[in-house]
Amino acid sequence: MHRSAAAAAPRRAGAGALAMTSALAAARLTLVRDLRLAFRKRGQLVQPLVFFAIVTTLFPLAISPELSRLRDVAPGVLWVAALLSSLLALEFLFRDDAHDGTLEQYALSGQSLTWLLFAKTVAHWLLTGLPLAVMAPLAGLSLGVPASAVPGIVVSVAVGSVALSLIGSVGAALTLGVKRSGALLSLLTLPLSMPVLIFGARATELSIKGGDFSAPLQLLGALAVLGVTLAPLATAAAVRINLE
Amino acid sequence: MAWTWFHRLGSPPYIYSLAARLTPWFAWPAAALILGGLYGGLVLAPPDYQQGDGFRIIYVHAPSAWMSLMVYMTMAISAGVGLIWRMKVAHAVAASCAPVGASFTVCALVTGSLWGQPMWGTYWEWDPRLTSELILLFLYLGYMGLRSAMEDVQRADRSSAVLAVVGIVNVPIIHYSVTWWNSLHQAPSVMKLARPAMPASMLIPLLMMLLGFTLFFVAVLLVRLRGEILSRERSASWIREAVST
Amino acid sequence: MSDCCLQGENLHLWRGARHVLRGVHFSVTRGECLQITGSNGTGKTSLLRTVSGLMYAEEGRVLWDGRDVRKDLLGFHADLAYIGHEPPLKADLTPRENLRYWIGVRRPVSRDEEDQALHRVGADSWSDRPVRTLSAGQKRRVALAGLALMAVPLWLLDEPTTNLDTEGQRLVGSLIEEHLAAGGLVVAAIHHDLSVSATALRRLELARE
Repeated sequence: MHRSAAAAAPRRAGAGALAMTSALAAARLTLVRDLRLAFRKRGQLVQPLVFFAIVTTLFPLAISPELSRLRDVAPGVLWVAALLSSLLALEFLFRDDAHDGTLEQYALSGQSLTWLLFAKTVAHWLLTGLPLAVMAPLAGLSLGVPASAVPGIVVSVAVGSVALSLIGSVGAALTLGVKRSGALLSLLTLPLSMPVLIFGARATELSIKGGDFSAPLQLLGALAVLGVTLAPLATAAAVRINLE
Repeated sequence: MAWTWFHRLGSPPYIYSLAARLTPWFAWPAAALILGGLYGGLVLAPPDYQQGDGFRIIYVHAPSAWMSLMVYMTMAISAGVGLIWRMKVAHAVAASCAPVGASFTVCALVTGSLWGQPMWGTYWEWDPRLTSELILLFLYLGYMGLRSAMEDVQRADRSSAVLAVVGIVNVPIIHYSVTWWNSLHQAPSVMKLARPAMPASMLIPLLMMLLGFTLFFVAVLLVRLRGEILSRERSASWIREAVST
Repeated sequence: MSDCCLQGENLHLWRGARHVLRGVHFSVTRGECLQITGSNGTGKTSLLRTVSGLMYAEEGRVLWDGRDVRKDLLGFHADLAYIGHEPPLKADLTPRENLRYWIGVRRPVSRDEEDQALHRVGADSWSDRPVRTLSAGQKRRVALAGLALMAVPLWLLDEPTTNLDTEGQRLVGSLIEEHLAAGGLVVAAIHHDLSVSATALRRLELARE
């Protein structure tokens, strides 16, 4: 009705029509900000990786030092350790931003919250999922996995951790309003992560045995794609609810 | 207005009295069907030619397993309705569903493992059906855990609704992946419920139990829903009138 | 009605069984400031959050330029700046970096604009120190710089003068005045008197249940 008056006048005098940041640039800024913040707090970044290393060390101690026996359980060990350490890293995903009001500003920024949170999740994956994919073969080698399996492990952990980060982002957003949410977060996230564990461990197992692991890898990829499509929507909805 | 019925469904006082009136219409047929089904299944039906009398646990196990999934779907759909149309009553339905569904799931797991003893010789076998059922139980527990962790009812409603919707998308994926996983590691399960050649004397009691459990769930849901509405609307004036009359 | 930019119509908000907002009405036009007063617990913050769209009013609606804001929430958000109790700053970034990422998500900000805004709030000398080393008042000033940089017509301010010294409070007053003079709108929950001319000031008193 009186759209013209409102559109022109309220902008600051002299500034004219101000361009909005494009969605892509906004996502890039969000991503860069998170990476920069993470590198200022390197300790936090390393913790999940150290955790991963420790968990994989526990198994030889608990089972047996025989590499032949360890090789059989290696896929399971690697994936359970990866799942747990990605769960550990989730605590940092939204917590600080919720505390200092950054999420509120994102929700009121005029940009799509879904998109900004997706950018945050990508940053989170770059900081936790990708390093895990690099670490996993090292841990694998210590469990008697042949060197030929390394590419398979890297690829499957890299793809699988995308899905884990996305599922985790939903859980982290849902538990924003809960104090001491660690146990609840695992209760919400782990059952949803089981398909990733199944396909990921299978891909790793096949690559250790020197078989063709493309089928489970494709299924893992399908989960990641499904996660990319749906998880950010659920995450944004959950964040909005917890800002109310 | 074609939408009046929809808005009426959103009104707690209306639902409260409607639930009271409907409950007996579900409770009595449920009781009759379950008693009839049990009699038919445990007494009239002939013993299975392979499993003898052991198979009779199917009359509790199969309906429980069926209901555990049905209730989750009901819960997720009503949670979704509550989320989209901001309908308080829909959230109350979802909240009332969860403990009932979890109980059915526990029942299915217990009867499944009891059935496993004569069939497999162990109480627990990583059979895909039982494994999926176990993960479903975790989903219920997560839903109830999230609800109880939040003090604010609206936030609990809406957060848990997102979780239920995410869960229902995942249920088929979990089921498929578990089946896939199982097929890699062992021969297909011996437990086949959908044998086409089930004689009518066995099948009819089973169908009666299925229908009976469904009606039973609706009746329990209606009773729980009234409790849920009472506790949510305890400060509303219509409650005082409804309770005093 | 024609020059009415922001209106609240019969806003009702429940938190659980608590009826927080009970039919709040208000309207502000360009060049006006709405001061929300009321003792603690009367829902000042809830009202601001409801207007911004963070909270959902079960009844009533907010109109921006005559249109229900729920119809185009993103467009409405692009026109508003909300500053809550805490300045939305990252402790590990400097004020300058904070502004770049915070405001940059909304609109591109040039280095010059950044400098100007930081100068305006008296942050020249500490604009490159990590925020964690700053005092609460200094953080508040950075938030004010961000507010000015957003260049949006509608400001929603929740206790903008908290932690500020007298000079800082004057700064808030003059920023608001300038914003109003440029045709902006301000809705502020604020205790003490604003140095805004009486013609531009409206008051909304929220009462306890």
